[in-house]
Amino acid sequence: MTVGIVIVSHSPDVAKGAADMVRQMVGNGVPLGFCGGDPGGGLGTSVEKILAAIDDAWSEDGIAILVDLGGAETNSEMAVEMLPEERRRKIVICNAPVVEGAVMAATEAWGGGSLADVKRTAEELSPQ
Amino acid sequence: MALPLEILLDTVSARVIAAADELTALDSAIGDADHGVNLKRGFEAVQAEKANILAKPAGEALKTVGMTLVMKVGGASGPLYGTLFMTLGKELPGNPTFAGIGRALQASVTALKARGKAELGNKTMLDVLGPVATHLESGTASFDSVRALASGSARATVPMKAIRGRASFLGERSIGHMDPGARSSEIMIAAVCDVLEGKS
Repeated sequence: MTVGIVIVSHSPDVAKGAADMVRQMVGNGVPLGFCGGDPGGGLGTSVEKILAAIDDAWSEDGIAILVDLGGAETNSEMAVEMLPEERRRKIVICNAPVVEGAVMAATEAWGGGSLADVKRTAEELSPQ
Repeated sequence: MALPLEILLDTVSARVIAAADELTALDSAIGDADHGVNLKRGFEAVQAEKANILAKPAGEALKTVGMTLVMKVGGASGPLYGTLFMTLGKELPGNPTFAGIGRALQASVTALKARGKAELGNKTMLDVLGPVATHLESGTASFDSVRALASGSARATVPMKAIRGRASFLGERSIGHMDPGARSSEIMIAAVCDVLEGKS
């Protein structure tokens, strides 16, 4: 199994574009989910779409979520809290830039990294 | 006092929806210009769910309002107002006094601090909800004093520098604008006061 990656952006185009960049790097070797846009179709995020993206990428080895701005993080936290405990404890939200973080995280996952390795690799991109 | 849930929901929804343009204008000054439109979508969804919401006991009804906002708002204000209503649903006693409402609101403030990773003074909705909760808990509150405090507290966010949320990207330039979340909280508090006092 491989850690799955979920990309959550305010923009559906950014989410799709970041997912394309991940695919270019790791092909279909990493379970991947992505979403962007609010429930009304505008820029924003949606708990419902985030839950669906987590489902798309689900891996028993865990899921690393990459988010862009505030609401994406808050809505992702909310989505994770709505899941059953056995899923919740296998999901982390990375404090990393969404595009670069997703590509780095997916590369680490593809190489067989654990969920903690994947998160650490993504977060190396953030100033401490 | 018994809480007239249907009138409360209708009045809060109507006031927030009517203020959508004002809230979005405040948010366009220091944020991403979506606060009004997002809350409008959320409370329209609450209205669409109303029959289902009112069929439940008050606590469960408020939790459903919160969950509807979480699913439909689409910005950070969804989980934030969702957490507020879900915590109120859990904490509000059956026939609450001002102090009882204050304690439930204070529990919501604690939950919101965790949800938003924010503190009082960060130029957020907490800067209205926090002082109002503390005032209600004191046992000296009246409808007039609560409305005045909510309004004064929202105005008091104008000179604050934003520490959390999109406005914090502006740094010093966030000073001089009212926080949109503080204003929407003020609007909801005033609506609740008006209903409970029989003015709406």
